Amino acid sequence: MAEAQAPLTKKDFKSDQEVRWCPGCGDYAILNSVQGIMASLGVPRHQICFVSGIGCSSRFPYYMNTYGFHSIHGRAPAIATGIKTANPELSVWLVTGDGDGLSIGGNHMAHILRRNVDIKVLLFNNEIYGLTKGQYSPTSPVGLKTKSTPMGSVDRPFDPISFALGCGATFVARTIDSHLKHMEQTLLAAAHHKGTAFVEIYQNCVIFNDGAFQGFSDKAVRDDKTIDLQPGKPMVFGKDGSKGIQIEGWEPKVVVAAEAATWKSDTHSPGPAFVMSQLDLDPAMPRPIGIFRDVKAPVFEEAVHEQLRAAKAKRGAGTIKDLVYTGETWTV
Amino acid sequence: MSQSKNPGSELPLQQQEEVVIRFAGDSGDGMQITGNQFTHTSALLGNDLATFPDYPAEIRAPAGTRPGVSGFQVRFGSSDIHTPGDQPDVLVAMNPAALIVNIRDLKTGGLVIVNTGQFTESDLKKANLAKNPLTDGTLSGYRVIELDINKRVSEALKGTPLSSKEVQRCKNFYTLGLMYWLYSRPLETTMKWLDEKFAKRPELAEANKLAMQAGFNAGDIQELFQGRYEVQRCDELPKGTYRNIMGNEAVSIGLVVGAKLADLQLFLGSYPITPASGILEQLSTYKNHGVITFQAEDEIAAICAALGSAYAGCLGLTSTSGPGMALKGEAMGLAVSVELPLVIVDIQRGGPSTGLPTKTEQADLLQAIFGRNSEAPIPVIAASSPADCFDVAIEAVRIATQYMTPIILLSDGYIANGAEPWRLPKLEDLKPFPKPFLKGVPEGGFLPYARDAYLARPWAKPGTPGLEHRVGGLEKAHLTGNINYEPENHEFMVRMRQNKVMGIRETIPTPNVFGDSTGEILIVGWGSTRGAITSAVEKLHAKGKKVSSLHLTHVWPLPKGLDKIFGCFRSILVPEMNLGQMARVLRSEYPEQNIISYPKVQGLPFRTSELVSKVESLLAK
Repeated sequence: MAEAQAPLTKKDFKSDQEVRWCPGCGDYAILNSVQGIMASLGVPRHQICFVSGIGCSSRFPYYMNTYGFHSIHGRAPAIATGIKTANPELSVWLVTGDGDGLSIGGNHMAHILRRNVDIKVLLFNNEIYGLTKGQYSPTSPVGLKTKSTPMGSVDRPFDPISFALGCGATFVARTIDSHLKHMEQTLLAAAHHKGTAFVEIYQNCVIFNDGAFQGFSDKAVRDDKTIDLQPGKPMVFGKDGSKGIQIEGWEPKVVVAAEAATWKSDTHSPGPAFVMSQLDLDPAMPRPIGIFRDVKAPVFEEAVHEQLRAAKAKRGAGTIKDLVYTGETWTV
Repeated sequence: MSQSKNPGSELPLQQQEEVVIRFAGDSGDGMQITGNQFTHTSALLGNDLATFPDYPAEIRAPAGTRPGVSGFQVRFGSSDIHTPGDQPDVLVAMNPAALIVNIRDLKTGGLVIVNTGQFTESDLKKANLAKNPLTDGTLSGYRVIELDINKRVSEALKGTPLSSKEVQRCKNFYTLGLMYWLYSRPLETTMKWLDEKFAKRPELAEANKLAMQAGFNAGDIQELFQGRYEVQRCDELPKGTYRNIMGNEAVSIGLVVGAKLADLQLFLGSYPITPASGILEQLSTYKNHGVITFQAEDEIAAICAALGSAYAGCLGLTSTSGPGMALKGEAMGLAVSVELPLVIVDIQRGGPSTGLPTKTEQADLLQAIFGRNSEAPIPVIAASSPADCFDVAIEAVRIATQYMTPIILLSDGYIANGAEPWRLPKLEDLKPFPKPFLKGVPEGGFLPYARDAYLARPWAKPGTPGLEHRVGGLEKAHLTGNINYEPENHEFMVRMRQNKVMGIRETIPTPNVFGDSTGEILIVGWGSTRGAITSAVEKLHAKGKKVSSLHLTHVWPLPKGLDKIFGCFRSILVPEMNLGQMARVLRSEYPEQNIISYPKVQGLPFRTSELVSKVESLLAK
């Protein structure tokens, strides 16, 4: 096949469809990054399948020159599980949003994570409903005034990272649409993880929730207001790298860089990752991004096919005769 | 043991053409097992038969109460049998509640065998009885055999290592043994079953075998009965090899066979729901046939995973019952839009909402045909009996793949749990209908929404080089499948999908008329009413009535030629277990016909006698 011979470029992954997101939408940067890392993965286009639900982010598959399935609201994890289980050879990517993935599809998201299906989940979190034009979402902060919360939202939000960890996800990471280098690194790490890889991407909605992440994502403040969790490296942050995080007991605190703890994403318990994910609640602390968790666990579809192989080995490949002419029969 | 000395040889042996027995007891008494064992043994003796299990939704309703009564009716005979029978000839009642709930159904003069060991004051109280029905005249007009089965079982199992509670749980096998004696059936089949069932607890197998043998011997030595009966094998059945089969079993086997004939891997996505769970359980045992079963987190995930698998090149399958159908509606619409083969099996039960989970109904018909947002045509076919499920399942696979469409297969609780002899198909009669995938870019380019002669689109599965394409729920342009919002294109696509499904009429047969092709009344049935309708028509023919019947397997689209057939009868009578849903469909499709609805919505199948009376009253008008 031609594709196997010539290395693919980013351009190979652009479909012929016109991209229809609002000008300035964070989705463009994510699309660009995904197309970029796809080229470097060495997987032929015909072995890749993008699956999505409903929402702005879910238009994503139309713009990828791969196989794709734009499904119904919230159900992409189930569709993707069917695809991956039917054909484990495929590289399956799931694109969803905070409403699609954590509200209407929260149940399916929980279950794909616990099953550890080898699928890469990109959750674009803009903390708002975009496609339905500006209602609050399950990740909107308390008090957010939207079209459906004129006096401010009274719902306590989900933290997507805490959610994923609670579901037993084997890979959990977070990145920011405007932080291109970090996004590509994170996506690549997810791509190389065997099992469900959950990546929350802070994505700015310029129309309905502009600047939601500005406080820590702006280039001017980013280094001081975020901490990049890099497995095996000290938890250091700040423009000059002078600050660090130390976890004493259950309480992380800011220390000088020299006293920073080394970040481990593969501890037996997801406890440390959970503690770090809860930093979001403290405005005085830097917002953690990077890789919260990365552990090995049995993969769902492999176990399914292993049982098929074992059954065939034990009982022989079944035939129609075995199905019909079985049990006790009699002849008239 | 006394079996060897030809027990009961001194008693007169009477031949009977057919018998209807109802086993009734508390839901913890094992009546379903008892009934199934009796059925299985009778099937192997070559009787024709039909069964009707009827049990509460609660796993264990309060013991001894009326809502806790579980029943199993079996009709077996030496002649062709279509239904489990209107009224039992024999009632086995293990406690007062079982007696009082079932006695009204017993034929006048019928035999009732009562376990008096379960008739204490407190037992009567649990059954909400002020007086003892054994002595208050309730049983006058019946032949009553009183037997303290509790005590007999304790005696028979004296010295076993079992607790007294475990001993009492062998009561049903004592009863079964007694009925085996009465109807001259051998014990071997059940003995073997017990050995397999309790392979890990041989002491239980032994105890149940002892209890069964004791029941068998009791018939012989205790002079309970004046004679024994024999029901000869049925020679009216068409020649062939048979096995006893239940509906959900036959659906499962049919779907696996169908997938093999289509040369596809079968992927079931399902969520447990009564009375459909048996399909998930059965298919999970077919891993060596390459069948993938996925127990999803909910009904929606179940159908979505199945649809995802269909995109990836499997035959998608989901099994459920009414409430699950409601939940799957949106995903069915997606399946219509993406045009992939997906079989949706609906084992109907009483509704609305949770309704009567263990009882039967046919009230999902309109939901199946029309129950989705917008114009979302899906073909619907219905099984008419346990054995018919096999053929209908294969037909569902054929239509799904040939037309690249979701299809709904309707069965119901009555078929799902009922059993009958299944004449096994000859393997050479099962003709393959392989569904080819598109292997590469066709000449002139790849168009995901191009059409073949059946208006089916090509099936291009991920993993095929050059055929990368996107599908989804947004309206798509004809041929390219790209997103398209143009008004004319939308109407074109709506009509295209509709025409494709209605075009299935071209590949389905016109059903045969049972009886003369002209007459007063044509009974039109669909689904599980077939047995009762056929029996009723036979009875009416014997009375010289000009009545025929026709049974619909393809309920949507309807087969061609019905208008001509209907036109040869004065009226069309449509009995169904709903408020007249098929009648409504037929009235709208054939407005010139005189269509009479005959509804029954009691969670119970039609009795033959009800249909006979209905027809006679119509003829008398």
